[in-house]
Amino acid sequence: MTNGKQKILLALRVNGEVREFACYPNRTLLEVLREDLGLTGTKHGCELGECGTCTILIDNQPILSCLILALECEGREIVTVEGLSPGPGLHPLQEAFGELGAAQCGYCTPGILCTAKALLDRNRRPSRAEIRAALAGNLCRCTGYIKIFEAVELAAERMERPSE
Amino acid sequence: MMRLPKFVYHAPTSVDEAGRILAGEGTAARVVAGGTDLYPNMKRGHQLPPVLVSLRRIPKITGISGTPETGLRIGACTSLTQLGSHPAVKSGYAALASAVLSISTPILRNMGTIGGNLCLDTRCNYYNQNYEWRRAIHFCMKCDGSICWVAPSSKTCLAINSSDTAPLLAALGGRARLISTRGERELAIKDLYNLDGIDYLNKRPDEILTEILLPPAGGWIASYRKLRRRGSFDFPVLGVAAVLWKEPDGRIRDAKIYLNAVASAPLEAKEAETCLVGRKLDTETIREAARLAAEMAKPVDNADFGIAWRKRMARVFTERALNDLKE
Amino acid sequence: MSQKPYRIVGHSLAKVDGPAKCTGQTKFADDLFLPGMVHAKLHRAPLPHARIVRVDTSEAEKMPGVVAVLTGKELPIPFGILPVSQDEHALCLDRIRFVGDPVAAVAALEEDIAFAAMNRIRVEYEPLKAVMSIQAALDNPEPRIHDYGEEGNIHKKVALEFGDVRHGFAGADEIFVDTFYYEGSTHLALEQHAVVAAPEPDGRLTVWSSTQTPHYVHRALAKVLELPPAYIRVIATPVGGGFGGKSDPFQHEIVAAKLALKIGRPVKICLTREEVFYCHRGRHPVLMSVKTGVKKDGSITAMHFRSVLDGGGYGSYGVASTYYTGALQTVTYRIPHYKFDGVRVFTNKPPCGPKRGHGTPQPRFALEVHLDKIAGHLGLDPAEMRRSQLVPPNSITANHLRIGSMGLGTCIDKVVGGSGWKKKFRRLPRGRGVGIACSSYISGAGLPIYWNRMPHTGVQIKLDRGGGICVFCGQIDIGQGSDSVLAQMVAEILGVDPLTIRLVTGDTDLTPVDLGSYSSRVTLMMGNAAIQAAERARDLVARAVAKQWKLSPSRIVFAAGRVFDTENPDQGMSFAESVQAAEAEFGTIGTVGSYTPPPSPGKYRGAGVGPSPAYSYSAAIAQVEVDPDTGWTQVERIWIAHDCGKCINPMLVTGQVEGSVYMGLGEALMEEQVFRANRNGVHKIPSMLDYKSPTTEDMCEVTTYLIEDPDPNGPFGAKEAGQGPLLPIAPAIANAVFDAVGVRIDEIPITPEKILRALRSPDRRCGPASYPRIPMPEPIRVPLPGTEA
Ligand SMILES: Cc1cc2nc3c(=O)[nH]c(=O)nc-3n(C[C@H](O)[C@H](O)[C@H](O)COP(=O)(O)OP(=O)(O)OC[C@H]3O[C@@H](n4cnc5c(N)ncnc54)[C@H](O)[C@@H]3O)c2cc1C
Ligand code: FES
Ligand code: FES
Repeated sequence: MTNGKQKILLALRVNGEVREFACYPNRTLLEVLREDLGLTGTKHGCELGECGTCTILIDNQPILSCLILALECEGREIVTVEGLSPGPGLHPLQEAFGELGAAQCGYCTPGILCTAKALLDRNRRPSRAEIRAALAGNLCRCTGYIKIFEAVELAAERMERPSE
Repeated sequence: MMRLPKFVYHAPTSVDEAGRILAGEGTAARVVAGGTDLYPNMKRGHQLPPVLVSLRRIPKITGISGTPETGLRIGACTSLTQLGSHPAVKSGYAALASAVLSISTPILRNMGTIGGNLCLDTRCNYYNQNYEWRRAIHFCMKCDGSICWVAPSSKTCLAINSSDTAPLLAALGGRARLISTRGERELAIKDLYNLDGIDYLNKRPDEILTEILLPPAGGWIASYRKLRRRGSFDFPVLGVAAVLWKEPDGRIRDAKIYLNAVASAPLEAKEAETCLVGRKLDTETIREAARLAAEMAKPVDNADFGIAWRKRMARVFTERALNDLKE
Repeated sequence: MSQKPYRIVGHSLAKVDGPAKCTGQTKFADDLFLPGMVHAKLHRAPLPHARIVRVDTSEAEKMPGVVAVLTGKELPIPFGILPVSQDEHALCLDRIRFVGDPVAAVAALEEDIAFAAMNRIRVEYEPLKAVMSIQAALDNPEPRIHDYGEEGNIHKKVALEFGDVRHGFAGADEIFVDTFYYEGSTHLALEQHAVVAAPEPDGRLTVWSSTQTPHYVHRALAKVLELPPAYIRVIATPVGGGFGGKSDPFQHEIVAAKLALKIGRPVKICLTREEVFYCHRGRHPVLMSVKTGVKKDGSITAMHFRSVLDGGGYGSYGVASTYYTGALQTVTYRIPHYKFDGVRVFTNKPPCGPKRGHGTPQPRFALEVHLDKIAGHLGLDPAEMRRSQLVPPNSITANHLRIGSMGLGTCIDKVVGGSGWKKKFRRLPRGRGVGIACSSYISGAGLPIYWNRMPHTGVQIKLDRGGGICVFCGQIDIGQGSDSVLAQMVAEILGVDPLTIRLVTGDTDLTPVDLGSYSSRVTLMMGNAAIQAAERARDLVARAVAKQWKLSPSRIVFAAGRVFDTENPDQGMSFAESVQAAEAEFGTIGTVGSYTPPPSPGKYRGAGVGPSPAYSYSAAIAQVEVDPDTGWTQVERIWIAHDCGKCINPMLVTGQVEGSVYMGLGEALMEEQVFRANRNGVHKIPSMLDYKSPTTEDMCEVTTYLIEDPDPNGPFGAKEAGQGPLLPIAPAIANAVFDAVGVRIDEIPITPEKILRALRSPDRRCGPASYPRIPMPEPIRVPLPGTEA
C-alpha cells in the first residue's frame, strides 16, 4: 500500500535502462517521463485518453501514458519515441516518416510511431486496412493520415528487405 | 496538463486481500482495473476516491477459460484486446468480439478491461466535463449539484449507460460473479443495472466483479449494432443487441433485444421480443419488432446527435441488427 | 531566373526537420524545463457576460507553494492583433465577455498547486445579459459588449459596390437567390498552447511560445509590459499544429511574461484542452445570402453577396475576416458587377478569428453550392459551366485584385478526367453521387497587419569558411514545411545539399522579421527574400572565384557542393574553398534579402483585404454514398487538383493538400464549435472526444493532382498550398449529396440528421430560412478597373 501523501521510490525500465526516482502514487507515466526523467519526446494533447498523442509502448503494446500510473509500470518494459531505435541510427519507421512527410508538425508523430512499431512487430506486412485500424486511436490534425499510411507501408517493405 | 488528485493506492495480489481492503475502507475506496474510465473521471474531478484498490496484480481474474461448447469464463481483468481477439470468442461469440472491437480505440482496448466496461460510469455531457465547466453551470445532481440539467424536472439522474458489451451480454444471458468479504453471488448481467444514472449498478462498492460467465455457444445467433459519429474513439449514442433462439423450422423460439445508450441501464425491448417469438424472421416481422423496440428508446439530450434522429435510429438499427440474423 | 532544370527545387526531398521530429528531439514549448521554473494558471470567467465587482485572491495567496498572483490592475494596457481592435486585456479589468475570459492568474511551484489555487480565487460578478447568436446580437443593441464598433453589438459593417449591380442584374436572363449558414469550428491543433517566459537579471526577458506570429507577440508584449522591444526576445518554438489558432497574441503569453518579471524566475503556462477551446480564434459562424444574375449559358452578369459573421467576444482578426468573406468571390469566375455587404457582430462567446482559409471557406461554400443549383436550373453541367466562366490570367477583377497565373481550368480538367465525372454525374445509382467545387486563395496578404512600408519578411545568410551556411529568418515552421522550403531554395541557389544548411528561425533577437505563418504567405514571401539573399551571397562568391580564375563571374556555376566553370567543368573547387576565396576577397560573407509585395491596384477604402502577389487555385470532386434511411454520408473519395504555381517540394505540397482535405472533411461533416446559450454560455463539447475530429477510419481516399502554372511573383513561380485546398471540400461534398439523394444541405456541417430532415421535407432542403434585415450604409461605390475617371 502507498500513502497518498508520501512519495514512493520507483524503478522503471525505460528504453532499456533502469531509472530510479521518487514520486507520488498519483503521477501518471506521462508526467514521470516528461517531468522526472526528461523524456519530453512523449507529447500530450488531452491527458484524458481522447487523442492518442501520449502513446508509448509497454511490453511492446501501445498504451496511453496519460492514463496509466507510473507505479503500475514497474517490472515492465517501457519504450518511448526516444528508444524506438535500438542503436544510434533511426528505426525504419522514423526514416520513412521523415522521408515521406508523414510528420508535418510532428506532434502526433511520437505516439503514432509507437503504435506503428507495435503493429509491424506483430504483422510484418499489414494491409492498408490493417494500418488504418491499428492507428484508429491516434489523431493527427495535419496530414489526413495518408502520408502516415504510406510511411508505415514503406517501413514495412524495408524491414522485410533490410539490405536496401 | 490535467492531473490526478492524490490518493492512497493498494495493489493486492488476491481477491481475498482486495475484498478485505475494500471492506476496511468502506465507501472511500474504489476498485480500479484498466483505469480508462476512472482516471479521466478523477482528473476531471467528478470521481474523487481517496483510496484506490487496483485489481491489476491479481492474476486469477485475468484470462479466458472454457470452450464455446461448455461456455466461457472471462476474468474481469481480461483486457478488451485479449477478449476481442480470443479464438474461442471469435469463433463462438462473434457478435461479442465485434462489440468489444467497437469500443474506444485499439490502444484503449489494450488498457481497458471487460469488468471495467460492465461497471463503466454512466455518461452525460453535462457530467463528463472539467471541474471549471461544471462549476459554470452550477454542477448537476450526479456530482456536486442538485439538478439534472438534461431534464430539470427529473428526480433521477438521466446519465446514460454507454457500455458496448452490457446490452449484448445481457441479451445472451451472461452472468457476473461478485465477491466481497460478505460472500459471493452470481447475478444475471441484465440485473446488474439500475435505471438510475447515479446509483447505476446493482452492486455494493465493496463487491468485486471477478468473472463473467457466458452460456455455451450454439443454439442462438446474435448481432450488435453501434451508432456513433466516428469510426473510432466514440462511445455509442445507441447500441442494439439482438439474440435469437430459433426452431429447426426457422421460427423464433426466444428473442432478446437490448438497447443501450438511451437510458441509465441497458433496456430490454420486451414487446419487440414477444412480437418475434413464434414467428419467422421476415421483413414484416423485423419491421414490427423494430418499431416496438424503438418505442422504448427515449433518448435525452446528453450525448452526441439530436434526440429525434437518435430515436429514429433506434428503429433503423434494430431492424439492421435483426436483418443480420436472417438466414 | 535560370531555365535549367532544378536540382533541389521541385524534388520531394525528406523534410529537414524530419529526423528531429521522429526521434522526439524537437523541443515544443511545453518541452522546455528551466531551472527554478514555476507554473501558472489563469482563472477564467464562469459566465458569459458580467461586470467584475471584486476579485479576491487572498485564499489563493495563502496556499503553500503559491509564489504570485496577478490581476488585471497590473496589466491595464489593452492589446489585440489588429490596430483597429485593441480590445483585449491580459486579465480582464472590469468586464468579462465570454466563459473563459481570464480574470486573474496564479503562479506556484507545481502545476497542480497552481490549479488548486486558481480555483480558490473568488470573483464577484454583476451578470449582464448575454448575447449568444447572430440574431440575438442584432436584436439586442444593449447591453453593448464593447463600446466601440458600428453601433449596438455590431462590430463592423462593410458595404462595397464594384461597378453597377443593378445594371448587371437588369442584363440577366435569370436571377437566383440562396441563403447559407456555415457553423463555427476550431483548429484543434494537437499541441495545446504553451509559453515559457524567463527574466534576465538585467531586466530583459525571453519568451518561448508556440506561436505562428512571434513578431506580433513581440509587439503586444512590448506594448502591454511597457518595455522597449529590444528588452524582449520572443522565440517561436516549433508549433505542434497551428491552422491559424496560434496567430493572435494571447493572454497567457502576456501573463507568463509579467509573472516572470514580477517574481524573477521562469514561468510556464500550458493550457488545458478546455482552455484551448475557449481561446479559439477559429472559424466564424457565418450566415450568407447570395444573389446572382446569369445568362442562359451560365455567365454571371452581377452578384450581390451578403454575410453576417458571429464574431464572439473580441475583435481578433475579425475586421479582416469580414472583408475576406466578400473579397475572393471574384477571383475564380468572371463577375462583371459585384456588391458586398458584410457585418460582424459581437457575441458572448470565445472570439473567432482566422482558421485555415480565413474568412473564405464560408463564402466559398455558399458560392459553389449556389452555382451548382444554378447549373441545375439552367440544365448545364456544373463542371463545364464553371470551366467556361474562368477569370482570365493576368487580369484585374471587378474589385481590383490582380490575377497573375491561373491554372483553374487545368485543375477542373484534371479532376473531371480523373474522377470519371462525365460517366458519374447524374448517372450513379440513387444513394451515390458526385459533386464539384472550385476555389482560390491568396499567397500572402498584400498588406501587413499594421500599416508600414517595411518588408514583410527578411532573410539573412551567413557563409562559413568551412562551407556551412546559416540562414536566419523570422518565419516559423508550423508543420507546413517552411523550414524545408527555405533550405531547399537556398540550397538550390548555392548548389549545396539542404542538410548542410543550418536554419535559425522565429527569434526576434536573432532573425530578421517575418510577419508570421499566416495567410499562406511564407513560401512566397520568405522564398523571394531567401532567393535575394542567396543570390547576393552566390554573386559575391562567384566574383571572388572568377577573379581567382580570371574568368567572367557569369561562367561560375554552383552545384552538388562544388563551384566550377561552366565552360570547363574540370576547373572547380569545393563550396568551402569558394567561400574562403570570397572571404579573402571581401571579408566575412553575409547577405540579406527582403520582400515586399507589389502594390495593389485597388485604392478604395477596404482595398487592403484580398490583394495578394499570387492566387492559388483548386478544383475538387467528391464522391459520396448517402444512406437514405439514416442520412449517413460516407465520402468515398476526393479528387483534388491544386495549382500552386511551382512545387518547391511536391511531397510537401501533396501533404498540404491531403491535410486540407482532411480538415475540410471534418468541417463539412462533423466539427462544430457550439455553445449552450441556456446554460450560462459554456462550450457544449470542449474535449477531444466530443469535438469530432476525423480518425483514420473516417478519412476518405484522396487523389491529388499538382498543377504547376508558375506565377511571376512567386519564388521559382511558387504559390500557396496550405489553405486553398480546404475550400472546395465542403461544397463539393454538399453538391455530391445532392447528386446522390436530391437534397440540398445549405448548412455546414452536413450531418445525417439534416439530410434525413431534408429528405422528409417538402422543399428537400435543410438550411437557413432567411437572411436577417440589417440596415446597411450606402456602399462605397468603386468604379470598375479601367473605367476610373
Ligand atoms: C476516449 C475513450 C473512449 C471510450 N469509448 C468507449 C466505447 O466506445 N465503448 C465503451 O463501452 N467504453 C468506452 N470507453 C470506456 C472505457 O475505456 C471502457 O469501458 C473500459 O472497458 C473500461 O475498463 P477499465 O478497466 O479501464 O475500467 P476502470 O476505469 O478501471 O473502471 C471503470 C469503473 O468500473 C469499476 N470497476 C472496474 N473493474 C471492476 C471490477 N472488476 N469489479 C468492480 N468494479 C470494477 C471501477 O471502480 C470504475 O468505477 C472509452 C473511454 C475513453 C477514455
Ligand atoms: S494525451 Fe490524449 S490520449 Fe493521452
Ligand atoms: S503531424 Fe501534426 S498532428 Fe500529426
